[in-house]
Formats: sequence, structure tokens, C-alpha cells
Amino acid sequence: MRFDSLIDSVGGTPLVGLPRLSPADDVRIWAKLEDRNPTGSIKDRPALWMVEQAEKDGLLAPGCTILEPTSGNTGISLAMAARLKGYKLICVMPENTSDERRQLLRMWGAEVISSPAAGGSNEAVRVAKGLAAEHPDWVMLYQYGNPANWRSHYESTGPEILADLPTITHFVAGLGTTGTLMGVGRFLREHVAGVQIVAAEPRYGELVYGLRNVDEGFIPELYDPTVLTTRFSVGSADALKRTRELLAAEGIFAGVSTGAALHAALGVAAKAVKAGSRADVVFVVADGGWKYLSTGAYEGTLDEAEERLEGQLWA
Amino acid sequence: MAIEVRIPTILRTYTDGAKAVEGQGGTLAQLIGDLEARHPGLKERLVDKGALRRFVNVYLNDEDVRFLGGLETPVADGDTVTVLPAVAGG
Repeated sequence: MRFDSLIDSVGGTPLVGLPRLSPADDVRIWAKLEDRNPTGSIKDRPALWMVEQAEKDGLLAPGCTILEPTSGNTGISLAMAARLKGYKLICVMPENTSDERRQLLRMWGAEVISSPAAGGSNEAVRVAKGLAAEHPDWVMLYQYGNPANWRSHYESTGPEILADLPTITHFVAGLGTTGTLMGVGRFLREHVAGVQIVAAEPRYGELVYGLRNVDEGFIPELYDPTVLTTRFSVGSADALKRTRELLAAEGIFAGVSTGAALHAALGVAAKAVKAGSRADVVFVVADGGWKYLSTGAYEGTLDEAEERLEGQLWA
Repeated sequence: MAIEVRIPTILRTYTDGAKAVEGQGGTLAQLIGDLEARHPGLKERLVDKGALRRFVNVYLNDEDVRFLGGLETPVADGDTVTVLPAVAGG
């Protein structure tokens, strides 16, 4: 495969079967390897689509400053795109995210502003919105509300999956900005009768939920619950266990949020076996495990790893 | 046997600091009503005008009740209900 530049090589990722973790010959699980994107995560797609849409809309011109609240991957993708296209990038990132993410962002030339750990990404969004109001010349792409986020998946991720696996019955992905599920979900619902769209939402330790009033929660503007069939909350213990199973059984070295998606995928697959129906379950490997090595997710017992992950944003 | 209800930090002022409490009922609405009898004020933080509050997520055995039947979702002894505030990802 040949491309004119790194940016042109975004997408076109492999879909691989999981022969050992699939529960039956006619209930199969498939992994969409989004870690095979230029900066190593699925976020290369929405980042590129958001930047190019802003360029088309005349919001961005070389020399502009982009501002984005991010727990890491979107920022890393934007940093790569910004470097190649001549923009400055400022990321607002919760302080309880892995050190690798900060190093990667700085490496690509982004400036990182930390937001308080308590409250997680809610706080990063709040801080970024405040900065955007103070600096009207900065361009906030705002992944949580930018339609180019879900459109990137509607136009690329979804069609790739359908072309590779026309017999798909279930799509499972992590729920963050909701962009992946909204985009792939809408596309598949238009093309596959009865397809089920399943969200795996990370459930963090208590610190992340903070002490803020429940009236001050956050739901991404992109979220439309009618696109989903259902939504599961997956705790760090289950996510870690599945992340390790994926590595041990299938050789796939993925980030912790992938374990959460796999947990939900195995759940719907088990239901299909019980119901005696065939299934082709696709789940998203959002990124590789590299950026989580310092969290200790892959070492020692599961209990130790879970303890180390307490208070961390792992998705 | 009863239904275990996990309470987020922010709402533990209503449960004397308890991380989890037990309750009974055939539906989520009945369960919340049962909890209200022992933990007054909790219901108002979870329910508004007959529906779950916008930024409150409730999971029955890890599945979001909004996709199961909302407040009318059937619950039974041995189930675990988890209450969490809505947070951002990404």
C-alpha cells in the first residue's frame, strides 16, 4: 500500500478473527485493529476529519492554534495532524492520565495544560471551554460535539467493517465521545437489518467521579441513545482481565479500554450461544497497550493491577 | 436476599456514608421508593418528574436501565444496581 503522506494512510485497518476466544463455530468474535493507525489509535480518524472540516469551513489556516480537551488519544492524533499541517496545538488533559500520553503529546510539539484529577474528563471539558472563551482566536474542535467526529466513522470505519464482514450481527465499542458508536452504528443500521449496536462504558474508581453535584454531569452533545441497542458499564477489574486474555489467547496487545469492549463482546456472544443463534460480533481495539505500560496493567496479579489503576483514566 | 445498590461518593450523605445499601422491590421505581423510606432525600437526587435525572446513570447488573425499561425495569433479589454520575470520556 502506498500513500502520499502519513495523513493519507489513516484508516484501512485489519479486521481479524479471534479463533480461541470465539465461543462457537457460528458465534464468532472479530477485532477491528484501530491501533494500526498512524499514531496508534482510532482517534486518527475523527482528528483528521475534524481538522479537514474546519479547513473547509475556513476556521483553520496555517499558523492557527487548536485547543482540545482530551484524555490523550485525540490529542496525540491532533498533534500529528497539526505538526504536518502547520498548526499549534494546546491540549487540556486530566492530570490522572498516563505519563506516556503527556510525553507523546510534547514529542509531537503540543502544549499540555493539566486539569484536576477529580472529575476526570468533565473537568478537562470545563477548563477548555473557559480557555476558549478567554481566547476567541483559538479554534476548539471539540470532539464531544463536532459532527465530523461521528462522520469519520460513518464514512470510513463503518464501511470498512461492512465490506470485510457483510454477515456482521453485533458491533461493540467503547463509549467516550460516543463518536465511534454513533458513526459506525448509524452506518450499520442503514445497511444491516437487525444489527445490534452495543456500548461498553468504562467504570472508573471513585475519584474520577469526583464530588461534584450530580446535576453537573456531562453527556457529549453527539450522544443519541436511539442509535444504541444497549449499554454496559465495565469496571477496571473486568477490563484488565479481558485485556490480558486477549493478549494470552490471541496475541493482541491492546489498551485497557479494549478489554472493556471485549468484555461486552464476550457477553453478547455468550447470549447468542444460549439463544442458539449465529453471530458475528465485531469489537474495536481502540489502541495498543504501549501507552499503559507505566500503569502496571500487564504486570503482577489482577488485584495488584486494579489497585494501581485506581484513580487513573484508562480509556 | 435483597438487592444491592451501590451509591456514588456524592450521594453518600443520604446513606450515612455507606458505599452500598440494600433494598427491595419488583421494579427499579419500587426499589428507589423502598430506599427512600430509610434514606430520605435520596429519591429526589435520582428521579425528577417521574424519570431518571439527566446526569444520573443507573445500571442493573452492569447494563444501563435506560435500555431495559427505565424506572419500570424489573429487579429481583440477588441483583446489583449501580448508580453513577455521567462523566466524559475521550
